[in-house]
Amino acid sequence: MCLALPARIVEIHSDDSATVSLGGVRKQVSTALIEEPAVGDYVIVHVGYALSRLDPAEAERTLALLAALDRPAREQEPEQEDAAA
Amino acid sequence: MRYVDEYRDGALASRAAAAIAAEADPGRHYALMEFCGGHTHAICRYGIEDLLPPNVSMIHGPGCPVCVLPIGRLDMAIELAMRPEVILCTYGDMMRVPGRDRTSLMKAKAGGADIRMVYGSGDALRVARDNPGREVVFFAIGFETTAPTTAVALVQAAALNLRNFSVFANHVLTPSAIQAILDSPEVTATGTVRVDGFIGPGHVSTIIGSAPYERFARDYRRPIVVSGFEPLDIMQSVLMLVRQLNEGRCEVENQFSRAVSRDGNGKAQALVERVFELRDSFEWRGLGTIPDSALQIREEFADWDAERRWQLRYVPVADNRACSCAQILRGAKKPLDCAIFGTACTPENPMGSCMVSPEGSCAAYYLYGRWRDIPQQAKAG
Ligand code: SF4
Repeated sequence: MCLALPARIVEIHSDDSATVSLGGVRKQVSTALIEEPAVGDYVIVHVGYALSRLDPAEAERTLALLAALDRPAREQEPEQEDAAA
Repeated sequence: MRYVDEYRDGALASRAAAAIAAEADPGRHYALMEFCGGHTHAICRYGIEDLLPPNVSMIHGPGCPVCVLPIGRLDMAIELAMRPEVILCTYGDMMRVPGRDRTSLMKAKAGGADIRMVYGSGDALRVARDNPGREVVFFAIGFETTAPTTAVALVQAAALNLRNFSVFANHVLTPSAIQAILDSPEVTATGTVRVDGFIGPGHVSTIIGSAPYERFARDYRRPIVVSGFEPLDIMQSVLMLVRQLNEGRCEVENQFSRAVSRDGNGKAQALVERVFELRDSFEWRGLGTIPDSALQIREEFADWDAERRWQLRYVPVADNRACSCAQILRGAKKPLDCAIFGTACTPENPMGSCMVSPEGSCAAYYLYGRWRDIPQQAKAG
């Protein structure tokens, strides 16, 4: 029951709810737990409620940290050459 | 899917694995506990333990809400469901958990009780509106992630003056469970379980923030990394823990910064605060009775409290003697250490709660991990 998934808000309704798209599947969820939901926001959906907003900048930062992990030497060399040139 | 697939990239995962292997000191062992059942599930499903060097091991913690509910509380729900006027609405995972004398909600339903599986509290509220002549009870379980969703339903029921709706509240608190693990005899006195650091719960932390863990990092000298649930999230969190341990740091770090802040979701916290107050004590399966570790419905919402409406009383019930769920929930045993794992106890016919929900350690092992560990065990034996 703990599974929660990121979904994009595609429509806001008047009764503290919104339609979200979960990988193409549309679903109505409650937005009673988040402040000022807006179309285009990504939210984490759990048991029919949006729990929190996803921050795209932080998502990018996490991926950048992962991408920067010790790349194999093969990949790093050309960059070093570029820097030297 | 956006914000999912990027964190399942196989090439990045092997890079993360290489970084962990390079940074983990071969002279020491790293025992890391993932608190949350969602992490246990992901670790087993994606074979993350296979990507870690042998001196980095994962210990599964008590963070599955179905698993930690004691039999006595489940019996109260079954008792409620047996009342002819009641429709009991429950999360599907609760249906097969064995209660006293191996009854279950599933068996009660087969015996004629009106039990409906719902996806969340909002569905239960709808059942109540659609059945004005019946008493609709929502069997609410879960940590801080579901407590606010139950709170929303209670506030709505009060606003609508929906008199045939009530909640049987069993919400429990994560920091209390972490504290209980750190104070448990296995971790302290006997030292049979070593937990060097924690992978902190991601979804719970969207609500409570990362700040509540700071005292554990400080007082118990254990680093904690709040983590997302995709395989790369978990790999990165393991790396962050290994680095902290190597550097002798004990801090709370936030790998899941795309969804979690230090202070959490203020709106959700305010709703929980409005509807619930601390219970003096609550019995957890595996962790015993812990003061101030669960929530009960405040006086203001007493009319919607199923425990008051039917004067339910909690009677503790001992676990089945063959079952090792209690030790598994404390990290003191692994599923394969249970004598009846995979034989008398399977997901189709569970003897203990850990075999029921996909986030339970035994179910996760049974579904994804058992073939890998059995030869290792044979070798060891
Ligand atoms: S295998 Fe079954 S009985 Fe044994 S600990 Fe797991 S859930 Fe409990």
